[in-house]
Amino acid sequence: MVPIAPFLKPSAAALCAMPFSAPAKTHLIYLSSVDVVIIVAYFAFVIFIGFYVKNSSNTVSDFFMAGREMTAWIAGLAFVSANLGSLELMGWAGSAYQYGLVAAHAYWIGAIPAMLFLGIVMMPFYYISRTHSVPGYLQLRFGNSARAFSAVTFALMTTLMSGINMYSMALVMKVVLGWDLNLSIWLCSLVVAGYVALGGLRSAIFNEILQFVLIWAGALLIPILGMIEVGGWSNLRRQIEINLGRSDYMHMWSGLGHFSQNPMGVHWTGVVFGWGFVLAFGYFTTDFLVIQRALSAHNLRAARMAPIIGAAFKMMVPAIVILPGLLALSVLPFHLLPESAAIATGGYSYNEVLPLMLVRYCGPGLIGLGVTALIAGFMAGMAGNVSAFATVWTEDIYRPFFNRRASDAHYVAMGRWCTVVGVLVSVATAYLVQRSASIMDYALQLFSFFIAPLFGTVLLGMLWKRATNAGGFWGLLAGTTTSIGLWVWVDRVPSALRYVALSPNAKGMAENMYRALWAWIVCVVVTVVVSLLTTPRPPSQLAGLVYGETQLPVEEYAHWYERPMVWASVVFVIFIALNIIFW
Amino acid sequence: MMPGKRPIWFFVGLLLLFYGIVILSAGLWEIRYPPLRPPVLFRLHASIWWGALLAIFGAIFIRRNMRRQS
Repeated sequence: MVPIAPFLKPSAAALCAMPFSAPAKTHLIYLSSVDVVIIVAYFAFVIFIGFYVKNSSNTVSDFFMAGREMTAWIAGLAFVSANLGSLELMGWAGSAYQYGLVAAHAYWIGAIPAMLFLGIVMMPFYYISRTHSVPGYLQLRFGNSARAFSAVTFALMTTLMSGINMYSMALVMKVVLGWDLNLSIWLCSLVVAGYVALGGLRSAIFNEILQFVLIWAGALLIPILGMIEVGGWSNLRRQIEINLGRSDYMHMWSGLGHFSQNPMGVHWTGVVFGWGFVLAFGYFTTDFLVIQRALSAHNLRAARMAPIIGAAFKMMVPAIVILPGLLALSVLPFHLLPESAAIATGGYSYNEVLPLMLVRYCGPGLIGLGVTALIAGFMAGMAGNVSAFATVWTEDIYRPFFNRRASDAHYVAMGRWCTVVGVLVSVATAYLVQRSASIMDYALQLFSFFIAPLFGTVLLGMLWKRATNAGGFWGLLAGTTTSIGLWVWVDRVPSALRYVALSPNAKGMAENMYRALWAWIVCVVVTVVVSLLTTPRPPSQLAGLVYGETQLPVEEYAHWYERPMVWASVVFVIFIALNIIFW
Repeated sequence: MMPGKRPIWFFVGLLLLFYGIVILSAGLWEIRYPPLRPPVLFRLHASIWWGALLAIFGAIFIRRNMRRQS
């Protein structure tokens, strides 16, 4: 292997004096034969897994729900792995470089409370209703209109998200290896289509476990070596303060009192209510991509433990994502740029920070492992979206509206074809997102359009028995159109951001948070008003769907250390401690 | 559970063991033939200890999950 862009360790003094200028852009490395062996072995292995489980995925339950026989550990790791795609690995590493430690909110307040809430409060409803999907729950609670609207918007969102994953992966291949974007997109798409079509959700989950382990094995070395290079956390803080001339990059909460006092341009109300409540609770409690993993568990206790185990691992992800972004602020001898500026000047963008750190520290073999970890992350994210898309299309659109009485084999065949179609649509969207300003911005836009209002509908559906079918449908529709309308408004009239985000100092990320909050509020208000004006369903029809009308199943006796509530409390205490430590 | 088949952890172990051996070997090779432009902190020989760690974990996973599911 001959590195094209060698990174020599700069001294602290040299760093201070060095003008930040991006190097001439070319791809970073040539792969050695060892690296090629590692990457090829990975591709061969995931296809092998698809064939290995193929004969165990011949019924609807097997193909779409993995037979509902996964242990809590497998379901929990698949839960966290399914959203450990390109957003996590490249998007948030880039955001950490761009915004500093504030980006870690994505993993802590932007995830942990929501995941614990799912495990403790909402999972029993999903599990005992024996639904195949979140739109399936909406059908039981609010009727076919809400289900159809939710299924169509979810199918749209999953394919668009899958496109982001694919584009990010192709970007890594281009930056690190110099591979053609088209080659990367089609190669990885065909592999994902192959193993998901062969083994359905079971194959996707097994590969997610494999990918979870590889992501840690390949990415953990970067922060370890990075911290050795900078000489520990205190030195890292000091070097970043010297390099940037400001201290707000290394705090999570202390700069959130005003929009202008933190690099992200957000306010704590937006972080807590828009991000931590609406977006996070919406994503983790209503996005079927992640719920499907927990629903594959073999009993209710395992289904409740799955998001709690996922939350414990999620809390650790900043070590391999946020920390490399911060280390880059300290050790890279040039500035990274926004995507558009990087394209215009030939420099490196924020999104490329993780591959840059990889080639800084890793030699032959470890480079191959790191690249495999990135590919695995992208494929996990894409496979998660595609398998969820196949389930929602087959179970919530095709079966109820086109063909109600087909055999199991027919629906499984439909699921397999859907997987292929979903991948092809994702390929198309991958080309679409190349026009997007940033990966994170694009993803949060989608969440605020579709997930935020859906969370309002599902929450009222589960907790308020007075909510009616008409209220559920019109609330969902009003919330979604509000969110899209606000986005169009700010897109056409940028100065409108001050009204959406409630401050003239607000920046783009704040817009996403407040847009989600408004969409949720409109959804809830419309649902409540319409419900009060329409006839409620009799309580007898709400059994198993609403708190107060549902006899929750009694879980089998378990020792204190096996109870979901105990572990949720432990995770929550650690979550609080981390926020205080990095305040 | 898939009767007659091995659990996923067995295959995780297999891949980790394979990767560990390959990376460890590459690290040992680099001691004999150092690269012209070594990465930062090359003196720590991360390939050797990281490769060994992966191989050990892989072997443990294989050992504990050899049995086919009933």
